Amino acid sequence: MDADRQADAFVDAVADGPIACDGLHSEAGPDGYSVETPNDRSEGLDEAALRELLADHERLLDNWWTWHRAGDGSRRAFLRWVESADSRPVAERYDTLAEGVTTEWGELSIHVELTGEDTGDRRYELRHIDDIDVPTADLAAFEEPLDLRRPMKFDDDGRYRPLKTAPNMPTGWRLGGLDGRDCVEAVEIAYPATVANWYREKEGNLDITHWRETGERQTGIYGIVEELPREAVEWVAEAACVDSQCLKRREWGYDEDDSLSTDGGEGPFPCREPCSLVVAAARRWTTLEREDERTYEFTLTPSEKEQVEDIIDTVAGGATEDIREADVYQGANRYRTRYLRAKRMDEEGNLCGVVTDPDSDDHDDHDDQ
Amino acid sequence: MTDSNAQALVVVAHGSHLNPDSSAPANNHADTIRETGVFDEVRTGFWKEEPSLREVLRTVEADEVYVVPLFISEGYFTEQVIPRELRLEEWDVDQWDSDGLSADSATLAAGDVEKTVHYCGPVGTHESMTDVLIRRAESVTGDPDVGPEFGFAVVGHGTERNENSAKAIEYHADRIRERGRFDEVQALYMDEEPEVDDVTDYFESEDIVVVPLFVSDGFHTQEDIPEDMGLTDDYQLGYDVPAGVDGHRIWYAGAVGTEALTADVVLERSAEGGADVGDAVERVRERTAPKPASD
Ligand code: SF4
Repeated sequence: MDADRQADAFVDAVADGPIACDGLHSEAGPDGYSVETPNDRSEGLDEAALRELLADHERLLDNWWTWHRAGDGSRRAFLRWVESADSRPVAERYDTLAEGVTTEWGELSIHVELTGEDTGDRRYELRHIDDIDVPTADLAAFEEPLDLRRPMKFDDDGRYRPLKTAPNMPTGWRLGGLDGRDCVEAVEIAYPATVANWYREKEGNLDITHWRETGERQTGIYGIVEELPREAVEWVAEAACVDSQCLKRREWGYDEDDSLSTDGGEGPFPCREPCSLVVAAARRWTTLEREDERTYEFTLTPSEKEQVEDIIDTVAGGATEDIREADVYQGANRYRTRYLRAKRMDEEGNLCGVVTDPDSDDHDDHDDQ
Repeated sequence: MTDSNAQALVVVAHGSHLNPDSSAPANNHADTIRETGVFDEVRTGFWKEEPSLREVLRTVEADEVYVVPLFISEGYFTEQVIPRELRLEEWDVDQWDSDGLSADSATLAAGDVEKTVHYCGPVGTHESMTDVLIRRAESVTGDPDVGPEFGFAVVGHGTERNENSAKAIEYHADRIRERGRFDEVQALYMDEEPEVDDVTDYFESEDIVVVPLFVSDGFHTQEDIPEDMGLTDDYQLGYDVPAGVDGHRIWYAGAVGTEALTADVVLERSAEGGADVGDAVERVRERTAPKPASD
């Protein structure tokens, strides 16, 4: 019997030291066992009485057993977080767990429920948050955490995702029937190291490496990024790290006591240092920022000026695909853009015929890589 | 929960922001080793993908960690980038006591986790990589006895990028030659003489197996080398295996690191670093042996 096994384990554990778990407290003393539950307190129990009492508190015992077996590191903390174990009393929590509890971790929906077979055995299911209401039968079923690895590399359009925490996780799948260990394993495949860093933050020891230190650490072709001006780092964060681009909550700033004003995001898991994608992009920006500014004169109609702004906005927002073919009221519409090009650009691709560098012989100096 | 007897393997590799297949060999070899069950955990970490080298050690629970770089040669990455990013603060390249080919392992602490890290030499310079090169030739020709009347070219970058990379190419070419299995063996380079472009000039044999000593397929192995050798005018159109060039048949194998037997080299590196791998080396060798052709 499961409950007997749990009671055996409890008796062993309390012999090793006092137990305190979500409202269940117990201690072994010279006068017998003491037990405190949210509703009562008993003292001087012998082992038989202790077992009897535990049998009356099936859920408290089961809850203790669940977390007792989960060890004491990030996995246990994360699984407790999934079912709000720190904030919801056992009785209430078990009622909701019977129905199932769903939480979000980035774009992952994590659903946990009691299996109803063994007392309190939990089963976890992962899917994309956009698929929460999709009938299970309509989703491709993965069997084990590693099945996620390859699909997570591509977005729904089949494009490679170089940043796992970009908000373009593929949809249309589910990974169910997981125990706690496999659940965390799968979460870490979708969002590597997020559980470890979340836990460090929760324990108050997240090691943040700010921009300056990251830049100074770089060598080889990335050695130049430390030259990037302070104000440009603000633009880097706005370009890459806001929630529309990356679901990590940026905790790094320019320096320990020099934070960035750009919004760091709201997500549950922190970003503790500029990632390789941002460092690689910053290398390019560092080169570009070495150029001196110049004054050019372009002649455009007011609508054309706004159209240029629309195009920049649409590309930056990743919304080019959303513009309907014939919606010529949108500046970034393809026909509108082609018209602007036909009217305002010469054969070399120069806007309004203004050459980029009049001192250079090569007037076709557009980098079209 | 930490377990003082537990051991983990961490395979570290370059990865890519642009190419989804770059990390595949590291992940595949990790899977092969994971299935042997000799490590409590097997993880991968990348320079350009996630988990990053900076954060991979904190995803490990075990106290003893064997880090094996899936890199071809000793040099900038294995000597500077990886130890720095893993925060192996006491690292000094002299700990490998290597002539550029003989790195073994160094035992170090990492700055952000309380673990013992055994930092092993890269797979590319391990002697067993010679077996993988030959296995690659067997795979691409579909002939487990390939050798007689065949030439074998090992291809690498030149010294331009890394002096030790050429050393590794020479080392394996010499070892293949010493075995006497192939009629001719030649080391070729992408950016110096003898160049891979002129592959047919260096062989009398009609059949030539060409194996790049690269970890994963990408720009160099899928685009540059096939075009340089004249297997195709446009890599996007693909090429035949074998492909006829100047009266020779070129059996182009692609990156050696994609060969399943590479998992064995990873395992051997970790064992030499002190990991307890039991009989897994033999099991991996069996598991990764080519299946008899079904046609
Ligand atoms: S540096 Fe920015 S883009 Fe990269 S992981 Fe952190 S928040 Fe995301």
